[in-house]
Amino acid sequence: MALYSDTVMEHFRNPRNVGVIEDADGVGEVGNAACGDIMKIYLKIDDGIITDVKFETFGCGSAIASSSMATELIKGKPLSEAMQLTNKAVAEALDGLPAHKLHCSVLAEEAIMAAIKDYYDKNGIEYDEDTFKKYSHSHS
Amino acid sequence: MLVYADNAATTKLSAAALDAMLPYYTEIWANPSSLHTPGLRAAEKLSEARERTAKILGCEAREIIFTSGGSEANNQALVSGARAGEKKGRRHIVSTSFEHHSVLHTLKALEKEGFEVTLVDVGKDGVVDAEKIENAIRPDTCLVSVMYANNEIGTVQPISDIGRICRNKGITFHTDAVQAVGHVEIDVNKENIDMLSLSAHKFEGPRGVGVLYAKRGVPLTSIIYGGAQERGQRAGTENLPAVIGMTAALEESVKNMKENNEKTSRLRDRLIEGLSKIPHSALNGSAVKRLPGNVNFSFEGIEGESLLILLDDRGIAASSGSACASASLDPSHVLLAIGRPHEVAHGSLRLSLSHLNTEAEVDYIIKCTSEVVERLRSMSPVWRDLESGEKEFMLK
Repeated sequence: MALYSDTVMEHFRNPRNVGVIEDADGVGEVGNAACGDIMKIYLKIDDGIITDVKFETFGCGSAIASSSMATELIKGKPLSEAMQLTNKAVAEALDGLPAHKLHCSVLAEEAIMAAIKDYYDKNGIEYDEDTFKKYSHSHS
Repeated sequence: MLVYADNAATTKLSAAALDAMLPYYTEIWANPSSLHTPGLRAAEKLSEARERTAKILGCEAREIIFTSGGSEANNQALVSGARAGEKKGRRHIVSTSFEHHSVLHTLKALEKEGFEVTLVDVGKDGVVDAEKIENAIRPDTCLVSVMYANNEIGTVQPISDIGRICRNKGITFHTDAVQAVGHVEIDVNKENIDMLSLSAHKFEGPRGVGVLYAKRGVPLTSIIYGGAQERGQRAGTENLPAVIGMTAALEESVKNMKENNEKTSRLRDRLIEGLSKIPHSALNGSAVKRLPGNVNFSFEGIEGESLLILLDDRGIAASSGSACASASLDPSHVLLAIGRPHEVAHGSLRLSLSHLNTEAEVDYIIKCTSEVVERLRSMSPVWRDLESGEKEFMLK
């Protein structure tokens, strides 16, 4: 029995979009090293479209695979669409995660939302506070 | 290349053990408690195995109880020590914070019954100070339990010293020797050990069988109710093939101990030296007071489960103290007990070698681990912060 699905393993072995965007328009970091996972997402945004995205992750195989898949799912997408990304969609795109690893996909969703919020804040773009309310608990 | 480096989890059954066992499935398979001739023959073999095991441990045959393994032996030892204590009004137990869960969880259960437990701190080198054990002993202490060698970091404890202290104070002393038996010379009498647990599959014996040694006069409490096997102290039909396999493996490992340990400890030191070259890494536990096969490292800036899986991709079977590798939220209680911060405990790797490993395998482990650690660090935001000086390295 494999620990992870083939898709998780493939994204873990060959993660997409690893790295840093030095002049990122939005950066989001969630998680805690003491808990064993940190995700950092960098966004390049042009005219409301995510033109580039990179990630750095400290964590287990499923955390790295979730970051990789989540960045793939939002790359080239309008912000409005990226904001609809759910952890469930990330986990499904990975052909499932073990139950005790589902929090990895939650972290990916939170990291992306944190990066978008950072972009809004930096650019003085107004938004509905409720949009990010459910993420306010995220420990960084 | 396929490299098995998880011998602290389990070992490969030795050919001698397997050969010894097979006739007990095909020829001498009767129940040792039966009164017919085949049963009596099985009983005779069981009795021989008990004698042979006792000889190796330096005790009497009647002091050997065969169990289903190390966890059962630890459970029974602690429950027995507690029951004997409470009869005399003593309800305090001393142990350490880095015991195996089969000890810690049994102690938790006893606490719920009203026993008081003192878990003595472990030094940064992963070795318990015998004096601290002595200081923790109270007038109402009924039992002291300290592991012979730690299962994660392989550090060997001052068992003779603790044994002497307990004997002088008249307190029952139990040691969980699951990781030590077959790898370290043990003499229960010389070391003043009252109870000792061992497990066959840690020294190339079969799984599902172990021993609880209890010195004559140390009363045991049954934790499995049923028949009168094992002199009424452990119910259940004796697992004769497993007992025979365990005895053969024990004899073989003790006979070859010096030679095996020389080889294994040389490999261990080569591995430690190689992994030490990885920047910001550290060996967990003393390099000297250590089982011959155990290597346990922490690498800063990475998480252990991902390290483990990428090593597995390269054919290396190892283990990690990371929380993610265990499905629990906290990293290894052993690494926390020796003072490693959570972050560093998450990035740990245990490689446990045996005499079956080779120098070429060790060199391959060093090469792969160096590569994988570097790769994981290159995508880690924690590592970036450490390298840029934003955060301070914990491991120099």
